[in-house]
Amino acid sequence: MNEIIESVKNLSIGFNSQKGKQISILRNVSTNIKKGETVGIVGESGSGKSTLALAMMGYIKQGLFPLKGECLFKSEDLLKMSSRQLEKIRGRKIAMIPQNAGQALTPNLKIGYQIDEALKLHTDLNKTERDKKISELLHKVRLPSPETMAFRYPHELSGGQQQRVAVAMALAGKPDLLLLDEPTTGLDVTTQAHVLELLRFIAKDTGTSMIYVSHDLGAIAQVSDRIVVMYAGEIVLEGPARKILKEPIHPYTYGLLKSIPKLSLAGLPASMPGSQPQPGSINEGCSFYDRCNLANDNCKKNSPDLEHIKELDTNVRCFNYKELINQNNNLQTSITKKSNNSEANEVLKLKDVSISYAKQKFFDQLLNKISDQNPTVKDINIDIKKGETIALVGESGSGKSTILKSIAGLLKTKDGQIKFEKDRILSSDLKKRNPNDLRAIQLIFQNPDESLNPNHTVEQILSQPLKLYFNLSGDELKKNIIDLLKKVRLGEFYMSRYPRQLSGGEKQRVAVARAFAAKPDIILCDEVTSALDVSVQAAVLNLLQQLKEDLGTTYVFVSHDLAVVRAISDRVAVLYQGRLCEIGPSQNVYKFPSHPYTEVLLGAVLEPDPDIKPKLVAEDIVEEKPPEKGCSFQGRCPRKIGDICNSEVPPWQIGENGNAIRCHINIDELASLQQ
Amino acid sequence: MESNLITEDKQKNKLEKAFEILKTMASKPSGLIGLTIVLFHVVLALISPYIAPYDYKAISPNTMLLAPSAEHWFGTDSLGRDVFTRTILGGRTALTVTFFGSLIALLWGGLLGIFCGLVGGKIDDVVMRVVDAFLSIPWILAMLLIVSLLGTSTEVLIPALGFFYGKGIVRVARAATHDVIAKDFIVSARARGHSNMSIIWNEIIPNVRDAILVEGAMRWSWMLLGFSSLSFLGFGVSPPTPDWGLMISNARGLMSFAYWSVIAPIVGLSSLIIGINLTADAFAKALGIDRSTKAPV
Repeated sequence: MNEIIESVKNLSIGFNSQKGKQISILRNVSTNIKKGETVGIVGESGSGKSTLALAMMGYIKQGLFPLKGECLFKSEDLLKMSSRQLEKIRGRKIAMIPQNAGQALTPNLKIGYQIDEALKLHTDLNKTERDKKISELLHKVRLPSPETMAFRYPHELSGGQQQRVAVAMALAGKPDLLLLDEPTTGLDVTTQAHVLELLRFIAKDTGTSMIYVSHDLGAIAQVSDRIVVMYAGEIVLEGPARKILKEPIHPYTYGLLKSIPKLSLAGLPASMPGSQPQPGSINEGCSFYDRCNLANDNCKKNSPDLEHIKELDTNVRCFNYKELINQNNNLQTSITKKSNNSEANEVLKLKDVSISYAKQKFFDQLLNKISDQNPTVKDINIDIKKGETIALVGESGSGKSTILKSIAGLLKTKDGQIKFEKDRILSSDLKKRNPNDLRAIQLIFQNPDESLNPNHTVEQILSQPLKLYFNLSGDELKKNIIDLLKKVRLGEFYMSRYPRQLSGGEKQRVAVARAFAAKPDIILCDEVTSALDVSVQAAVLNLLQQLKEDLGTTYVFVSHDLAVVRAISDRVAVLYQGRLCEIGPSQNVYKFPSHPYTEVLLGAVLEPDPDIKPKLVAEDIVEEKPPEKGCSFQGRCPRKIGDICNSEVPPWQIGENGNAIRCHINIDELASLQQ
Repeated sequence: MESNLITEDKQKNKLEKAFEILKTMASKPSGLIGLTIVLFHVVLALISPYIAPYDYKAISPNTMLLAPSAEHWFGTDSLGRDVFTRTILGGRTALTVTFFGSLIALLWGGLLGIFCGLVGGKIDDVVMRVVDAFLSIPWILAMLLIVSLLGTSTEVLIPALGFFYGKGIVRVARAATHDVIAKDFIVSARARGHSNMSIIWNEIIPNVRDAILVEGAMRWSWMLLGFSSLSFLGFGVSPPTPDWGLMISNARGLMSFAYWSVIAPIVGLSSLIIGINLTADAFAKALGIDRSTKAPV
């Protein structure tokens, strides 16, 4: 068990900048991987975690080169091997599972053929043995009907199934070490939980060592025996998973764990100030100095070494770690948010809204109607009160973004009405809305890289809505822009910057400022934090909450992340296949009884705590179309009671907690089932 | 803290930016050669009337078809005119006509392409099919028809060439627009209720400008070739104005024994075309829109 299979020694990897300076991305990294052990490498984007993982299989990205150190796999240095020698090791000894299996599989070859290729390359089996092995592998990764699965093409599989095929291919060569680079990041919550469960099973079953790279501490917590925390190209903390997650003794890890929203906590997570330094910008002192609340003068001048603490079996890179020992109960705290006045007026009302993506037939075009019996989004009734944050939650394909687009007028509704302020119907055609209604509803997008024009300065970006809605110009325009930047905690000097000169969090702040420039009544937030790093996400959530409390704005917040929704929302609407399943005050939706789908979703959430295991109550099948009759969740429901679920649309039931559930099962019975 | 992220990209005004791009272009040998050739031709076109040693239209029976010598550096042509004089003057009309022609092509092709890309739907379909129809007509035939109806003055040639060379730019501009149109910042501008014109001007043009400019530069060199072909066929510049295409056409019958009178204009024309091509390539690379880089394997 204690045999070391790969060991990295003093590894530094870097590149030459345009000015000829040598800049390192990895700095002096040393770690060991033991046989049968799963090591989680965690860090924010740019921390060097992927570079380290790839170097561990002897691969260095173009433009980068090793500066010093070695990667010893069974006492041979991978970085000095020729590509011929590496060929014998990769796949056979070290295998990799990519982030996006959909892109890693060849689209025009059958699954079985692709696994067969891996087997041909890495084993000496003959044809019949290989065929047997293929179905064995497919069985092992728990794909449904492995016999027929081999004859399918990658596009016929769902994302989770594709990821399973990638796992099967990696296992084909019986590797000693499996490398996983964010293997579950693109997947839905329930699928993610299932894939992680599979990986844990495989690690135990085959005794393979694994290196699991992720930014998501929740996923890492589920699979890892040991955790390595990276920051700015260095290992800052390394030790047994439980110790790291329960009693983090490095201020960065501590802050990171605090900034993750948790299901068990209402209220907003604490945020860390600042962002990770760029490679090459640290000259002296600790790389975390800028953001650390334990920092003193010593930290500014001297860079701490990785220190081994025997009693905790942990390596830590901090001078003041002792201050963090024994004060970790504070991990379970959050910032309470002001609750809004629930008596407030209705500001937006969705009444029987249906939206269809179906192409109009010729006659329907002439008659200007949409005749789709089974639209993507159907019968949405939501009343949104002034000043509240209502969250729409669901997995991909649940129609949450579609509804948002309709409210913004970017997508026509098929039926139903969207009413704004005292029963004034908003046209579903953007061009027919009056300028004041357009001003009142603003959007913030998921990815600020796409939502900010790369060729505009921050000043130009923010002046667009100000010019359009308020006709401002000259000094007044400038004054307003500075005010807006102040509101989102950015300085005046940001005005002349281009988006590419800003960090992810800063860009999203600019996007937030642009939305607020219109002095809107409602802001539609479309997954606004999912492209951001965890520590930055907390800061943006806090900013949004602060702005809402100051300005009384209403948010419609779309997210797939139940913990984020828990942190920010007052009310939650759970959607499946474009139909509402449950709606209610957020503290109640997160309690039982709840709709079976909410139960499934909540069970699959990964908490950064090794003691809280996800509860997998439903299969992770992907349904492409909503069912034509009956309950939308009939296909996956773990509590399905019979034919009635297939034939009749379930009625609304209101629980004593105030949440409304759409289910055939009596709400009291549901409560006793879920106890 | 967050501000230390901004290290290299300092704020520059537009002139400094243009200078920066020129510097990047000149940093590679091919770009430097291209820029030098183009600069040489432009300067030559500007000063040639003042440095020409002879009168370009002076005919003399005594000096017919003389070989290159100290007096006549590039020899003389069949009418006894100095080939050096006519060569250095011969690029003036071509450069002017094609420069303004490309500008026109850029303007109408670029704007129409962007518009089609933005509005899409039926308007886009109809316009693109019309453009396709024009693309299928051999341009030289259509040009011949136009000049034979309207004459060969520059006022006819510039818009006519501009029209025929703009069709390709429509496609490029439309494709470049399609690349940015799905981005969220356009959706965001739409949702705010900006007009199409404002979206084109503020959001799209800054993002497609570079691609269209590079395409325009390429078209310029093609148009130069096209214009010279017209002159060669006798539909471009009318004699006795010196022009490379015309000079090649006049001297080609005597190529076997008076090669000098045909080589000089050929060198002039081809060097300018190569120069513009190299410059356009370097321009594309400097702006970072060149797609010929290796796949990151």
